Amino acid sequence: MKKKGQWLLTIVLGLAMMLAACSSGGSSDEADGGSGSGDSDASSGDSSGSGSGELEIFSWWTAGGEADALDALLDVFHDKHSDIEVQNAAVAGGAGSNAKQVLSTRMQGGDPPSTFQVHGGAELFQWVNADKMQPLDDLYKKNGWNKKFPDKIIEMNSQGGHVYGVPVDIHRGNVLFYNKKIFDKYNIDPPKTFDDFFKAADKLQSEGITPLALGDKGGWAATMIFENILLAKLGPDDYSKLWSGDMAFDSPKVKESVKIFKKMLGYINDNHSSLAWQDATQLLIDGDAAMQVMGDFAEGYFLKKDWKPNKQFGWTATPGSQGEFMIINDSFGLPKGIDNEGEVKKFLTTLGSKEGQDAFNPVKGSIPANLEADKSKYDEYGKSALEDFKKADDNDGLALSLAHGSAATPGFLTKTNTAVNQFVTQKNVDAFINALKSASSQLK
Amino acid sequence: METAMTNNPTKIKKRKSRPSAKGKGIAFLFLLPSLVLITVFVYGFIGWSGYVSFSNWNSLIPDLSFVGFKNYMTLLQDFRFQADLRNMVFFTLFFIAGVVGLGQLLAVLIDQKIKGEFIFRNIFLFPMALSFVVTGVVWRWVLNPKTGINLLLEKLGWTPGWYTSTEVFPSISIGQIEFGLPLALIAVLLAAIWQMTGFSLAMYLAGLRGIPAELREAARMDGASEWTIYFKVILPQLKPITFGVVVMMLHMSLKNFDLIYTMTGPGANFVTDMPALYMYDTTFQGNFYAQGSAIAIVMLILVAIFIVPYLIRTRRGDA
Repeated sequence: MKKKGQWLLTIVLGLAMMLAACSSGGSSDEADGGSGSGDSDASSGDSSGSGSGELEIFSWWTAGGEADALDALLDVFHDKHSDIEVQNAAVAGGAGSNAKQVLSTRMQGGDPPSTFQVHGGAELFQWVNADKMQPLDDLYKKNGWNKKFPDKIIEMNSQGGHVYGVPVDIHRGNVLFYNKKIFDKYNIDPPKTFDDFFKAADKLQSEGITPLALGDKGGWAATMIFENILLAKLGPDDYSKLWSGDMAFDSPKVKESVKIFKKMLGYINDNHSSLAWQDATQLLIDGDAAMQVMGDFAEGYFLKKDWKPNKQFGWTATPGSQGEFMIINDSFGLPKGIDNEGEVKKFLTTLGSKEGQDAFNPVKGSIPANLEADKSKYDEYGKSALEDFKKADDNDGLALSLAHGSAATPGFLTKTNTAVNQFVTQKNVDAFINALKSASSQLK
Repeated sequence: METAMTNNPTKIKKRKSRPSAKGKGIAFLFLLPSLVLITVFVYGFIGWSGYVSFSNWNSLIPDLSFVGFKNYMTLLQDFRFQADLRNMVFFTLFFIAGVVGLGQLLAVLIDQKIKGEFIFRNIFLFPMALSFVVTGVVWRWVLNPKTGINLLLEKLGWTPGWYTSTEVFPSISIGQIEFGLPLALIAVLLAAIWQMTGFSLAMYLAGLRGIPAELREAARMDGASEWTIYFKVILPQLKPITFGVVVMMLHMSLKNFDLIYTMTGPGANFVTDMPALYMYDTTFQGNFYAQGSAIAIVMLILVAIFIVPYLIRTRRGDA
């Protein structure tokens, strides 16, 4: 008996040590997370593909339509440059939540990928400011991109008169998707104003349907609702002044927006914190909820579930933002410290080209940044998005998304996401505005 | 390590007795590589994290200028961090109580020389073989209020919100937060206790098997009832096991990341957030490297408060 006991103890202790080893491995990761910089010797850059003929492309496109879109783009690239071997280094996680961690560790450790996905605007500028990026002015000149990309998109990829990113796609952030069957059944028109929205929401709620689906497990979905209200109430000019520090967060219009935000949060599903945005979209498909405010990547999810635009689902701009277009943009840049610049530039050329963008965007459900792209390749929703973008561009209605890293620094965004998370539950208007105000020190 | 454990005690003692000077030198040589690696990669980086936590490095551009306790002060006044500490305290208390209590109970039951002991032992030990990530995803869907176990409970007229609940009980206002047990944590506790009870069960079972039968028989001869035997004879013998289990569980719960990250995330109003999660967000989403390091150091200190007495105790036990 005694011997058996000892034997068991041995195994348990052995297991315990393995566990301890695992978890202490984890903790040392955590502990030195803040010190990723370490000392980096130049040779460590080698792993990003030594010599010519190799190219490592870093993104967070691992799921569904996104991964397919990337593959389609890489096919185009392979046809042109079959001698270059592409390494697809994608890291899973919505909105790049995990990829950003891997990227910042590699960049700070002197081991940058050949090129990487980044949101144009503040998220790209942080790398420029950290002196980790090379300008792409000559590439733009060579390809005539200064005329082929919209000015606003070039602007959000440029700093100090130099351009640092090649935009591959544009998503729209201020879209309200709705279940057409439910809207038809209860005779509801797509809401154009906040009054319309609340009227429709009241009616839906009295019928036992969740008016607004929200899945904010990832932390940024509720921030998207808020930024769209800000855009509607402030207009594109004042909205952008918020991020440059020229407009205070305790100004009356912001406060009004927060109050609308609060009211809208009265119409959401109560299990929102357990859902990712796709799960919230699924609520529309299941008929449990009627509307969702989401970027138009949600269209990709609808299509995957065999829901067709204007048949099963409808869309409109979020209330009060009809003429505006909230830009979510993915770009790729050229990091410093890589030894295959030539290959990367070849890739970026394909990325920005008409062929590349026409291969990529229809699959991903986004619209192309390249104005020459073939509009017939896009579905009903895509065509309307292209039109809306052009209209907004002509009327100064373009705005940058905060929730997707373009409008303000990651520091400000993180603090805002934290404040929004609290607000969704606490609904304390003054505390929220104070939190935004104190976060605004992170804007510079 | 394992072979040392299986050797009988006398042998171990023999090996320990007076190593020669030459033996000592060779032993040192063999230890040297791991010593160097640990010094650099564990203690060196702990030191570096500590250094960074006092610096102003709160963007992608390293800025190692000294700012004193500023990062720590910001943290302590922060709603999210206060909520984290609250969650950590309650999670740890209930997690350890659950694992120790349930593990002990199951071990005693299995120790009754029942049929099929082998099967039960393995059933209970099995969850431990899963990673926390798997547990997190599975329990996320089991306890999702709209799709999980609630579909059954609904028929009984009970629809708990599980980890989507934002209630805190009892909610006493301290600092910026409501102090108490966030009800959402109960869902996480269920998952964590489910996973780790097998471990303590096995430890206790081993402990029970290690108690000589003579002790029980002697107690019986003296006329003690079975209950008295358990509480006065068996349980005191299991003390070292309890101590070991508590220390193991403690550091796991203080550093809890994977389970929460996959199961609930920070939760609405941060009811299921933990310091490790906050550290990850702060450092890698917000690029607040100094603040992230400060969180890491606070966690390290908290773990050390509990682990160091254990180390001291084991050392004394050896001597």
